[in-house]
Amino acid sequence: MNTQGNDTLVSVDGVEKIFHRGAEEIHVLSNLQLRVPSGEFLALMGPSGSGKSTLLNLIGGLDRPTRGTVSVAGERLDQLSDHRLAAWRARHVGFVFQLYNLMPMLTAERNVELPLLLTHLSKAERSQHVKAALAMVGLSHRERHYPRTLSGGEQQRVGIARGIVTDPTLLLCDEPTGDLDRKAGDEILNLLQGLNREHGKTIIMVTHDPHASARAARTVHLDKGQLSNEPVK
Amino acid sequence: MKFLHLVWSNLRRKKLRTSLTLLSILVAFVLFGFLAAIKHALAGGVELAGADRLIVRHKVSIIQMLPESYKARMERIPGVVLATHQTWFGGIYQDPKNFFMQNPVVPEEFLAMHPELILAPGQKQAWLKSRTGAVVGRKTADRFHWKIGDRVPIQSTIWSKPDGSRVWEFDIVGIYDGKDKGTDTTALFFRYDYFDEVRRQSWGKGQVGWYTIRVKDPAQAADVAKRVDQEFENSSAETKTEPEGAFVQAWARQIGNIVMIVAAILGAVFFTILLVTGNTMAQAVRERTGELGVLKAIGFTNGQIVSLVLAEACLLTVLGGGLGLGLAWLVISRGDPTGGLLPMFFFPTRDLLIGLGISVVLGIVTGIFPAYQAMRLRVADALRRM
Repeated sequence: MNTQGNDTLVSVDGVEKIFHRGAEEIHVLSNLQLRVPSGEFLALMGPSGSGKSTLLNLIGGLDRPTRGTVSVAGERLDQLSDHRLAAWRARHVGFVFQLYNLMPMLTAERNVELPLLLTHLSKAERSQHVKAALAMVGLSHRERHYPRTLSGGEQQRVGIARGIVTDPTLLLCDEPTGDLDRKAGDEILNLLQGLNREHGKTIIMVTHDPHASARAARTVHLDKGQLSNEPVK
Repeated sequence: MKFLHLVWSNLRRKKLRTSLTLLSILVAFVLFGFLAAIKHALAGGVELAGADRLIVRHKVSIIQMLPESYKARMERIPGVVLATHQTWFGGIYQDPKNFFMQNPVVPEEFLAMHPELILAPGQKQAWLKSRTGAVVGRKTADRFHWKIGDRVPIQSTIWSKPDGSRVWEFDIVGIYDGKDKGTDTTALFFRYDYFDEVRRQSWGKGQVGWYTIRVKDPAQAADVAKRVDQEFENSSAETKTEPEGAFVQAWARQIGNIVMIVAAILGAVFFTILLVTGNTMAQAVRERTGELGVLKAIGFTNGQIVSLVLAEACLLTVLGGGLGLGLAWLVISRGDPTGGLLPMFFFPTRDLLIGLGISVVLGIVTGIFPAYQAMRLRVADALRRM
């Protein structure tokens, strides 16, 4: 059900997320509202434990809100079954993780190919898509390399290639430069900026780093489960 | 098939652990192969026994003999088509270790009774013409490199000749083959008339070991058996008649309940393998919780995750099982390792297929719990453990 205007890709309405630790209830997000237009590069900042990753997980369909609704491209994620949610993630979302999360036993090209295994593409078509994704992140020459033989920056590029290889609607990045030095981090941010500007990818990036958030078109701040446009004091 | 490299790459992750687990599965299946071959060698004759054949032996024991004159009386019993006899010769060729059966028989009757033994017509004619002629099975002929025309001396542990010597010489006039793979082709058969003429001077005159009778209708076999035993009731040599299968089984039971022994050993072996492989799989899945989380995040469904873990467990057990069964087949194909005590020693195709089936079941059973755990993983929790 599409309840938003045509340019709104992500819509978070009245979302609450409560975790339980024994008898204790932990309110991570409270009555949260967020709109992300299609083609935006949004940075999501906030201190540790503010609920940034939780919000990203809800938008990416990795978790469900306790209350409220999350819609992406008109699809109510809270109404999808686990099976359909997995299929929706495969079709619409690319994830980039702080620690790259590559499969150590697979080469760069095999890692990038993973999301394509869930499609009906032939082997030749998958190979073509993998080559294009690796070329886009500048790693064509490293396709046969295993993660352990790549630098941190290169591993993160492989992670980005895996995130974009299916041409997803939305790219969600959780601290993508958090484990990299400044130079490698800048390269990754250049890459994400390029994907947003030149290819129109909608990107939501969680970060601690003001230097990283400065590359985004808009930054929102999360504190104590609430969003604001102002940095947390 | 497109997921195969993913499954295979997980098995390569801890090479030593995978190799040791594979090795233990392989050893278990080699053992399975050998026990299946031994079980078949000892009890397999039961399956091959003719449904229309009965064995008539002395009521007291197989070593007590029956009069040769019983044959004509048996053939007069309604339902009996043919009767023929054999006698245990108990011979040794060169060395007591070279065990194989040698029995005196009446050639035409014997061949008519045992159509599973294939003898060329020319060789049959030669046997009928030569009183000292003998036919030997292919396995024993190959084993001792005997060929037609050879004269072979065999020393009987029971029967003496008039001069007191126990060495009997036979001319090999034929080599028979088995109709089926499981047919015993280790025995040597020679002519009863020659045997009886020579032994007449010594013990056992006019006596034979046991009879084999063919019934007209296998469905009436029990009734015929009863009639045969009634015929010789209250005589000096009462009989016990039973189906050939039961007779073979009784032989095998002298060693014990082979099927039970084999099942007990295999049960213990496979239970151990279940624990070893189950532990390997549980460890393998626990170690990559985060990676399973990534797969789920990029869109793998719970069903696909379960299939991947089960496929990994099955690949491990089928690979180990297949290699083990292959190795067992190769070694067993070289023949009876006991030098003649297990004449029908081979790896039956049926057991080979059962072995492959067990390897798949083993994979499913050992993989099901780790697969269930992987399925239940919450993505957000799993990613935190990367």
